[in-house]
Amino acid sequence: MTMPLIFERSEAGRRAYSLPECDVPRKDATELLPGWALRKRAADLPEVSEVDLVRHYTKLSQRNHGVDVGFYPLGSCTMKYNPKVNEDAAALPGFSALHPYQPEELAQGALELMYELGRYLCEIGGMDEATLQPAAGAHGELTGLMIIKAYHESRGDGAERTKVIVPDSAHGTNPASAAFCGYKVVEVKSDGRGGVDLDSLRAAMSDEVAALMLTNPNTLGLFDENIVEIAKIVHDAGGLLYYDGANMNAIMGIARPGDMGFDVLHFNLHKTFSTPHGGGGPGSGPVAVKKALAPFLPVPVVEKTDGKFVLDYARPQSIGKVKAFYGNFNVMVKAYAYIRALGAKGLRQASENAVLNANYLMRKLAPYYHLPYDRHCKHEFVLSGEYQLASGVHTGDIAKMLLDYGFHAPTVYFPLIVKEAIMVEPTETESRDTLDAFVDAMIGIAQLAEKDPEALHTAPHKMVVGRLDDVTAARRPVLRWRPNKQTNAG
Amino acid sequence: MNYVPHTDRDRSEMLAEIGVANLAELFSDIPSDVRLGHELRLPAPMSEYDLARHMGALASKNRTTDDLVSFLGAGAYDHFVPSVVRHLVSRSEFYTAYTPYQAEISQGMLQAIFEYQTLMCELTAMDVSNASLYDGATAVAEAATMACRQTRRQQVVISAAVHPEYRTTLKTYARNLGIDVVEAGMKDGATDLEELGRLASSATACVILQNPNFLGSVESMEVAAEVAHRNGALFVACVDPISLGILAPPGEYGADIAVGEGQGLGSPMSFGGPYLGFLTCRQELIRNMPGRVAGETHDPQGRRGYILTLQAREQHIRRERATSNICSNEALSALAAAVYLSWLGKDGMREVADLCLQKAHYAFDRVAAIPGFRPVSETPFFKEFAVRMPVAPEQAGAALLESRILGGLPLGRYYPDLGDAMLIAVTEKRTKEEIDSLCRALEGLA
Ligand SMILES: Cc1ncc(COP(=O)(O)O)c(C=O)c1O
Repeated sequence: MTMPLIFERSEAGRRAYSLPECDVPRKDATELLPGWALRKRAADLPEVSEVDLVRHYTKLSQRNHGVDVGFYPLGSCTMKYNPKVNEDAAALPGFSALHPYQPEELAQGALELMYELGRYLCEIGGMDEATLQPAAGAHGELTGLMIIKAYHESRGDGAERTKVIVPDSAHGTNPASAAFCGYKVVEVKSDGRGGVDLDSLRAAMSDEVAALMLTNPNTLGLFDENIVEIAKIVHDAGGLLYYDGANMNAIMGIARPGDMGFDVLHFNLHKTFSTPHGGGGPGSGPVAVKKALAPFLPVPVVEKTDGKFVLDYARPQSIGKVKAFYGNFNVMVKAYAYIRALGAKGLRQASENAVLNANYLMRKLAPYYHLPYDRHCKHEFVLSGEYQLASGVHTGDIAKMLLDYGFHAPTVYFPLIVKEAIMVEPTETESRDTLDAFVDAMIGIAQLAEKDPEALHTAPHKMVVGRLDDVTAARRPVLRWRPNKQTNAG
Repeated sequence: MNYVPHTDRDRSEMLAEIGVANLAELFSDIPSDVRLGHELRLPAPMSEYDLARHMGALASKNRTTDDLVSFLGAGAYDHFVPSVVRHLVSRSEFYTAYTPYQAEISQGMLQAIFEYQTLMCELTAMDVSNASLYDGATAVAEAATMACRQTRRQQVVISAAVHPEYRTTLKTYARNLGIDVVEAGMKDGATDLEELGRLASSATACVILQNPNFLGSVESMEVAAEVAHRNGALFVACVDPISLGILAPPGEYGADIAVGEGQGLGSPMSFGGPYLGFLTCRQELIRNMPGRVAGETHDPQGRRGYILTLQAREQHIRRERATSNICSNEALSALAAAVYLSWLGKDGMREVADLCLQKAHYAFDRVAAIPGFRPVSETPFFKEFAVRMPVAPEQAGAALLESRILGGLPLGRYYPDLGDAMLIAVTEKRTKEEIDSLCRALEGLA
């Protein structure tokens, strides 16, 4: 009944591996290395046959939900369909069997792809130059902030500008990245329409502020109409605007952060540009900047000279490196393929339909769930489980119940400014049938909340396990398997 | 192409349900002065067939390590990846999932992460592992900041024999956090332990060494650990996981934190990423550990299950006081590592390390015997070694290509005094014949 761990399938002497012959004269390890350098106790890795190994991980995969299995309306994560042709492209040996240090002349195709992808992203974001080095969104934020810091330092007021402003609706990585870049975080409030409160912003602004981090549409899925005014307030005080690209799926080909006044932005290729999220990663978080910030980009930058693509390290003002090599190249291949397949029109249509789907769901659900900000949303929207709270049902219960319907839950309890938040992002690749089925499930759950709250408290009921005890997990952490020392005699 | 399933009829009915006349109305909140007045300037869309051909053409502009015989390493290694790895990580239930926030519907990935954590603890002989970091370079940087938090000190002593890109990355991170990075130099291809001893002090948060180091040499890790501990600092060991089939693991020489690049555990080289940053540590340090971690728990019926835990360290709870800003990590590479390590098992792990050791030493003996070629050091090594040569290494590399050999890394760019040296890596994939042909080609240059 309990799913065994791979270690519990182990049987001494079984093997899955086969390795090349040792075709050179073999010497004992003790002849080649000093005794102190050698491992004393072998690592206790499981011993299984190949078929056992395959069945084990196949069974595990069957205990997992992905976009290919069903609807995944996880707000802020843009769980759109991941086109298969992109997987095939990325798996081509011409991309996967490349060493990062092989001479540039032997990697012209890879460098061309990176160069062009950087240019496409600049065009989509309204920026001038890009780096593809960051490995994920948060890494992009950190990189972007380092660039901002280097920019201020180059102008002589780096030491004074010690603060970064983030709205109270921001994703946790924004303040965390600011702190990881050595900045003090100042929070500004949201106004009644869900945007940045301009008075709070003005009050927070000073010559100590290095940057404002924002995403637009924001984490409520709402476009901040005051963006031009916000940019002016920040720029007038000598600060820069950082754009968290997590929400780019709302505006491709419709509006560009660069045109709104943003100076730096990161993209999440694993959101907007359809690269699969891999069950937690890898992602890719390219950063694009306005011209004035380009000298500070991490090295190397891919350049094109005389029709050849080269890695340019000769950038004396660069912040350095944020990662070994050039970034998550294999993810870049998929994003590049996606942009080439869709073109300008396809990208715009993707955003338009993402917004259509979100508004459709929002309107269908609004009679049953509290909608704290009642206006057109962009690619996602945030409900509150407040109505259900009256019957003692929490957002967490609603999320768990949805699993029984075969849907992944929306993002819950984020953004923090909405009580019992339920953040829904359907994406453009979902059909009306799927959206309607989700609406039915949500209505059913709203009704159940009134009739039988207990059923929700104990959800899910149809998963391979019931609701897992997170309190015990954190209080008495068991973070690895250990062999059971008690032997069952007899 | 746009992968949108809607028909025009779907769209008009949905707009009607929303209560708007057209799509444009949904965007009416975007001020006209920030609206894009033109179509994005991007290449025309492509059909799937055209795209596949285009991607194939781009790919074919690269020379691959399948096509060449590679002796290039330096942090990315041409280890064999068994078919099971690619097939299992290609299960789309895994690769099309997000982070397992909803544990009950994500038990597959959570259990795989828990298994990965256990495997990495076994391999490094440490108590706990996180669920992965971006890569080896950021893992070093994260370990350094972790040590600074733990010790409340702001200085890191790192060996100049640690991968140059890891050191650069560490410095980029450290600079913004007011962490002072001090480098201990090299002597005979390994860390100068006397200098290390002089640099470490009661102000040092951690001492960082790589084993084998960037030049392939085996370091005296136990001695370095003593230097760190004598000063109340932590010892951070950056290790090649493949080497741990034979070399002493960090837990056996007193490391407090072990980190490294896990690409060799089942991930292709992919021109530098995605790879796998791993971090394991002693039990006492877990509250300062960066990144996600999966833990075992149970449901109301007592069934065993797995869940992301100790989240009070992380950015979505702790925000600016989090132990790191990392959110997405390299889960799929961790899954690949779990499958790869389970494929190897106890004996295979030792065997793959031994094959690298044997073949690298055969290559070393042969190369060192070529007139004019001279090893950079006599220090013991594992699968990689540096050799000085009578011609410029870049020029040698170009000549080797004529024999379809991808030579090692010219070291001058990273160590000016090694301008005549090349770093040669030999994995289990290289045959005696391939090594012999490398030597023949090098002989021709002497
Ligand atoms: C709004 C927002 N910002 C930043 C991030 C961080 O991105 P990543 O997980 O790629 O580091 C996320 C991811 O969930 C997000 O939703």
